[in-house]
Amino acid sequence: MTTKVTVEEVERVAELAHLELSPEEVGPMLRDLNAVLDYMAELNELDTTGVAPLAQVSELGGAVGASEPRADQVQTSLDRAVVMREAPETDQVFFKVPKVIER
Amino acid sequence: MASENKTAETYVEKPKTLADLRAGITAGSIKATDLANSYYERIEKVNPQLNVYLSLTRERALAQAARVDDAARSGDPLAPLAGIPVGIKDVLVMKGAPATAGSKILENYHPPYDATAVAKLEAAGAVLLGKLNCDEFAMGSSNENSAYGSVRNPVDPERVPGGSSGGSAAAVAANMAVATLGTDTGGSIRQPASFCGVVGVLPTYGRVSRYGLIAFASSLDRVGPLTAYVRDAATLLGVIAGHDPKDATSFSASVPDFAAESDKPAEGLRIGVPAEYFAEGLDPEVRTAIEKGIAALESAGCKVKPITLPNTRYAVPTYYLVATAEASANLARFDGVRYGYRSPASDTLSAMYSHSRDEGFGAEVKRRILLGTYALSAGYYDAYYLKAQQVRRLLAEEYLSAFAEVDAIVTPTSPMPAFKLGEKSGDPLAMYLADIYTVTASLAGICGVNVPCGTTQAGLPVGMQVLAAHMNEATAFRVARAVEAAGL
Repeated sequence: MTTKVTVEEVERVAELAHLELSPEEVGPMLRDLNAVLDYMAELNELDTTGVAPLAQVSELGGAVGASEPRADQVQTSLDRAVVMREAPETDQVFFKVPKVIER
Repeated sequence: MASENKTAETYVEKPKTLADLRAGITAGSIKATDLANSYYERIEKVNPQLNVYLSLTRERALAQAARVDDAARSGDPLAPLAGIPVGIKDVLVMKGAPATAGSKILENYHPPYDATAVAKLEAAGAVLLGKLNCDEFAMGSSNENSAYGSVRNPVDPERVPGGSSGGSAAAVAANMAVATLGTDTGGSIRQPASFCGVVGVLPTYGRVSRYGLIAFASSLDRVGPLTAYVRDAATLLGVIAGHDPKDATSFSASVPDFAAESDKPAEGLRIGVPAEYFAEGLDPEVRTAIEKGIAALESAGCKVKPITLPNTRYAVPTYYLVATAEASANLARFDGVRYGYRSPASDTLSAMYSHSRDEGFGAEVKRRILLGTYALSAGYYDAYYLKAQQVRRLLAEEYLSAFAEVDAIVTPTSPMPAFKLGEKSGDPLAMYLADIYTVTASLAGICGVNVPCGTTQAGLPVGMQVLAAHMNEATAFRVARAVEAAGL
């Protein structure tokens, strides 16, 4: 957990996140990530053996307030025309994007 | 008065209370239309200096004000917030109005629907003035991450208003709205409320629907009100709270009359003061102000007792792992396909994604997406994300144990008063550490209120954070009322 992040790793993670870092961005990002991750390594001081992960407050049970899903019924959704208006490029039915595969 | 020491021009102005405004509108001495127009005049006058509003929804506001005036004229019973001018943080959507979330990537986005909290406010008669500046995607503690420039603190425009709901806090402090909605993921309502000297509410997770909130970290995000007075915050929370079929995490429980609950005296309440929140790193002037607030609670008949929350020091790393992991997933939706910015010159779909995101997101958003993606990536998931979720449970359980012995916990909201623009913006870790007192409540899902609690020698506001157990906002409001009544 205290391993230093390398330039290659930053570039790999950027690719996973569909972010394209300029060469000027990589250096500062590397420095910031390492500083933050070093600090986060302090969590290793704490023994969490057998502690169940908590992803949602509702998993605390009892007193935290119950919620229930709505009935599984078909409901009207937003009108296609008003949604399509916000898209960069459409044919009014589908979203249009640049080609996916080079031929 | 300490404020006499200040050289900077101040824009602080207190709005009337909801009760006074309501009485005026009911009696006909205040017209909702005139009130809305007077707020737009105030906004036009001071917005160039403070950069609080990103866009105005004048047409919608004046149509609503006219409806309120018609109802008042015909003697119809008025809705609870009839004619009250309210501003909305720009991460909450309003049909047809811009919703930038402080980001370039949503610069021209006009969402086709209303957030539930927004719709509830309007159904209760509120007049929605416009959209408020904030850190990009609510990521920041100073408002310096907005793509549209930082909000300035009305108390001292050389200082930050806090973040991410900086516009929401500054709008109330400068009387550019009677009340506002903000959102709080790690302190984003409480901390700016503290920096600007206003009241800000972190409702229990699940109390207010998140539908129509542009998501940052879904297990942490909350919508809450900011106001000048505690009772008014309680009234607003009562309006926006409640079950929403469109948010599966919203409570099915009924909503108490928070305003009436806040009228109950704080006498006899047991108040815990955690040693860890008064340790190294706390500004001495903030400490002094909070200690006066605690003394005021004792005078009001509260039983103050020291408590310990030993895992507090792990809260910031835990929070930043959980929040960035969730953010990296949530922000995947900004891809230039369905809405928002698309980079014009891309030959392939893959290049279009990465160019759009690279050009559309600011540095802090990229940093958090990368951090979150890293923490979730193969080989690091267990060491970072899973570990953080385990510590999250320990932190939540620590609060639950504390609330078995006390009714509320009081702490400083922030370790320091509002800092200067640029003072911390070059050091992300220093900025994250400023969230030390607010993030644990976020992780645990409990509720809280920031209540103004005096000022520093230089006249900068200090805020007390009053925390209460899940579903127990009423207790937090009672304690906050007692602090407010002390007039510190």
